[in-house]
Amino acid sequence: MPAKQALTGAEAIAYAMKQINPDVVAAYPITPQTPVVEYFAKYVADGVVDTEMIPVESEHSAMSACVGAAAAGARAFTATAAVGLALMHEIVYIAASLRLPIVMAVANRALSGPINIHCDHSDAMAERDSGWIQLWAENVQEAYDFTVMAYRIGEHPDVRLPVMINFDGFIISHGVEVLETLDDDVVKSFVGKPIKMYSLLDTEHPVTYGPLDLYDYYFEHKRQQIEAMKHVPKVFKQVAEEFEKISGRKYDLVEEYMTDDAEYIMIALGSTAGTIKHTIKELRAEGKKVGLVKPWVFRPFPKFELQRILNGRKGVIVLDRSASFGAEAPLYEAVKSALYEVAVRPQLGSYVYGLGGRDITPAHIRQAFEDAFKGYLIADEERYLGLRE
Amino acid sequence: MPELKGWKELPIGGLIVEPGNAKQYKTGTWRVLRPVYQPENCIHCMQCWLYCPDQAIVVEIVDGKPKMRGYNYYYCKGCGLCANVCPKSTDPKTKQPAPEEKRAIVMRPETDFAEE
Repeated sequence: MPAKQALTGAEAIAYAMKQINPDVVAAYPITPQTPVVEYFAKYVADGVVDTEMIPVESEHSAMSACVGAAAAGARAFTATAAVGLALMHEIVYIAASLRLPIVMAVANRALSGPINIHCDHSDAMAERDSGWIQLWAENVQEAYDFTVMAYRIGEHPDVRLPVMINFDGFIISHGVEVLETLDDDVVKSFVGKPIKMYSLLDTEHPVTYGPLDLYDYYFEHKRQQIEAMKHVPKVFKQVAEEFEKISGRKYDLVEEYMTDDAEYIMIALGSTAGTIKHTIKELRAEGKKVGLVKPWVFRPFPKFELQRILNGRKGVIVLDRSASFGAEAPLYEAVKSALYEVAVRPQLGSYVYGLGGRDITPAHIRQAFEDAFKGYLIADEERYLGLRE
Repeated sequence: MPELKGWKELPIGGLIVEPGNAKQYKTGTWRVLRPVYQPENCIHCMQCWLYCPDQAIVVEIVDGKPKMRGYNYYYCKGCGLCANVCPKSTDPKTKQPAPEEKRAIVMRPETDFAEE
């Protein structure tokens, strides 16, 4: 029977990993990720999982150990945040390039400097072109659910890509929420045995990982990665459908909230979507036709879904929890680009918020919606919510 | 060099799934200088075969003894070690470089063979 539990996001992810029982977990502590592997280390110490836990000397080594383990045919997991993810950067690309379905939870935190430990999305955005599938959780429940789903997506023979589960640092990682967890045996049979391909330990079929790949073949291998990403939407939907059968919870590439008749739509990643839903309810009570689109999947970018949903709306407001210095913010840039070909382009507005953990309130969200109601969205102007001028 | 494959035909991730496939790599395309064998001067001492860093010296066993039979230009990178160690490259009296017509191996610019 599904059980209600009160857990932090970090505990929920560790709990899902306990149920999955991966072969290898290699990790290095960093705020606010640390409790994920801390809770998991307890499962290892208590003998409730068979996992080989490798406490490494840096995040660069954590991802390197995961690459080695995954190439050997093991299910590998790590978790990190911010500068830890940045230190991994080199191997993050290698994991995707070698097509290893590693799963990594990222407790999103602002990149230094000046040093800051609180939530924003600059860490994950720095890896958006690394070739990882990026899932974005709004709350503890979604962080748990995505962890259960991740290996099924990444290990699929048409995909073979690593999966990053983003969950906002502190807000989700340390916030206790009630969630519904599945039974161990249900998770076990859903996740199944690892789908192994080209395992180094399969000595009957020897294989070389990581040979020099120059101008004669590198380009073709990048094209294969591009193709693998194109297969993700189909595979994600299949896995989500199966997941719905065991959980009753429905996932898609994007979540639509009160969009059916919405004239104005806000788009945001992660926990802020919850605050937006709250504000939308208030605005709906005042008769405003507003809605939310929350990408559950940011890489691959759900372009066609956004084109279908946003075409013909009056206004679209994109909230970014990271800046792109000298260019448009990453989510906004992608949404704006997606809307180039739609028949009836909505007014578009870009709002950067919440950098370094700056709080975002319903008042800020209302402020952005008010701009839209007044027809005062300017596509080439970046605005800031909660910033002191 | 084997024919270059398109992205749909290749194993993913740059993986090499066929052990020993380096033999398909035509390293001879790297060659700038070509060793040319002059069999009439060869004493079949096999120094060239011993020193060749690849396996570019073609050897035939005749009556239990090895005979130099020229080069495998598919692999020969033109490093010139064979010509350097060949005893026929040096005049035994003067210890100076032997005249070309007396050598067993002569290094020639690859451009001389551009029409081949």
